Amino acid sequence: MKPPLLRKIGGYVFAVVFIFAGWWITAVLVNSPALPTPADAVEVLVANADQLVPYFFTSAYRVIVSLVIGTVLAVPIAHVCARSRTLDTLFAPVLYLLYPIPKVVLLPILLVLFGLADAPKIVLISLTVFFQVLVAVRDAVRAIPESAVVAIRSLGGSRFDEYRHVAVPATMPAVFTSLRIGVGTAIAVLFIAEAMAGSTGLGYYIMQSWSMVNYPRMFAGIIAMALLGVVLYALFDIVERRLTRWR
Amino acid sequence: METQGAHISFSHVSVEFDDGADALTACKDVSFTVEPGQAIALIGPSGCGKSTTLRMASGLLEPSEGTVLVNDEPVVRPRQATALIPQDLGLFPWKTVLQNAALGLTIRKVAKREAQERACQALEQVGLQGFERSYPKELSGGMRQRLALARALAMDADLLLMDEPLSAIDALLRESLQDALLDLWLQRGHTQMLVTHSIEEAVYLGQRILVFSERPGTVVADIANPDMGNPEWRDSMAFAEKCLEIRAVLAGGAR
Repeated sequence: MKPPLLRKIGGYVFAVVFIFAGWWITAVLVNSPALPTPADAVEVLVANADQLVPYFFTSAYRVIVSLVIGTVLAVPIAHVCARSRTLDTLFAPVLYLLYPIPKVVLLPILLVLFGLADAPKIVLISLTVFFQVLVAVRDAVRAIPESAVVAIRSLGGSRFDEYRHVAVPATMPAVFTSLRIGVGTAIAVLFIAEAMAGSTGLGYYIMQSWSMVNYPRMFAGIIAMALLGVVLYALFDIVERRLTRWR
Repeated sequence: METQGAHISFSHVSVEFDDGADALTACKDVSFTVEPGQAIALIGPSGCGKSTTLRMASGLLEPSEGTVLVNDEPVVRPRQATALIPQDLGLFPWKTVLQNAALGLTIRKVAKREAQERACQALEQVGLQGFERSYPKELSGGMRQRLALARALAMDADLLLMDEPLSAIDALLRESLQDALLDLWLQRGHTQMLVTHSIEEAVYLGQRILVFSERPGTVVADIANPDMGNPEWRDSMAFAEKCLEIRAVLAGGAR
């Protein structure tokens, strides 16, 4: 029990040291005020914690709510679309055309429609997450072998049983994989949304520091944002492993 | 646990699959009956409609013509007391051994506690006690086979339908699983229909052996096999002779 856990922790410690060492060497080599050393950034991070911590939670709230909304909307639609040939023929091309469009381009319009507070950011990130989860889950539903559905039917199962015992558990890994990958995109979109509009959140903090030409402060914000990504990624990873132990 | 087996009757059953331009006749004018508690084996060349026949008996497929009766009632949907073991066993990788064994009962809305108790009993019967919390991927091929059987047993079925359930199992293990199937049938007395492509398996597990012709499949021979049920039967000369007899009929049907 202990040794694998220790080895894992050791791995992460090594990774942090490796990343910070790389940063440090690069900072020394570049020798520009735009790239402070990790020591400077961490110092500011600690000093500005009273401002950064609330911003961290504001940003976390926006991303998490968006991930939930996007997923809750995408999963049922993906199931219905993938199981009905008519709907799929109708909507697959729509999806195919809309999926590759970067949803960020809608930000200016969303700002006009929803103001400068949380709403436009949540709508934009939800939209991004929605498409990622939709595409992944739709493919996963289509990959379910027909024999699994037949097995449920031969046991006298209803349509509801097909969802409960086959479609939902079979697509669970796809939901979490798309969410894990989606975290990266979601935070990127969050940064742009917060940088462009509003006066709260880590994205705003980073851009504000940049305009103040306070690079250590900017990197403190970047570290906080990176941390947000890591925490969410790890969270989904743990939940995924718990729920899909059968794999 | 003694069960009154189900009665099966196929009369003039034909199945056509309308696949676009050309219709495919899978079975043509299939008629036979199975008495309660009888074990029959269906054998024939691949694509001869023996699996289709089994699907109709299970209620997954309705005939295009003719009638399929189980206990004198037309089969229009899967029956509560019919258990089907499909070729791929129908196990779900995301369910534990216990959940897989209890699934038939869960779907029939049996109370969770009772379902688990019955599933545990069935797992014990097939020698899988201690594996309740494992997942199918952690089991060997033979154990998975036993799990599929346990699911059928837990349902306390009066009709057990099997579609080449042992085809993916190596020869030695196969014989021990055949013994397990035979034991359970002798103990429980359910009606049993086994689709197989193995002559030896048909002779070992079929009180009657129905030989199907090539497509469109129909019953070309209904061979009585009264010595079946005796575990030493497999090593006897009579068993070998029976196999030769079936082989001859199959060769004749293929001409």
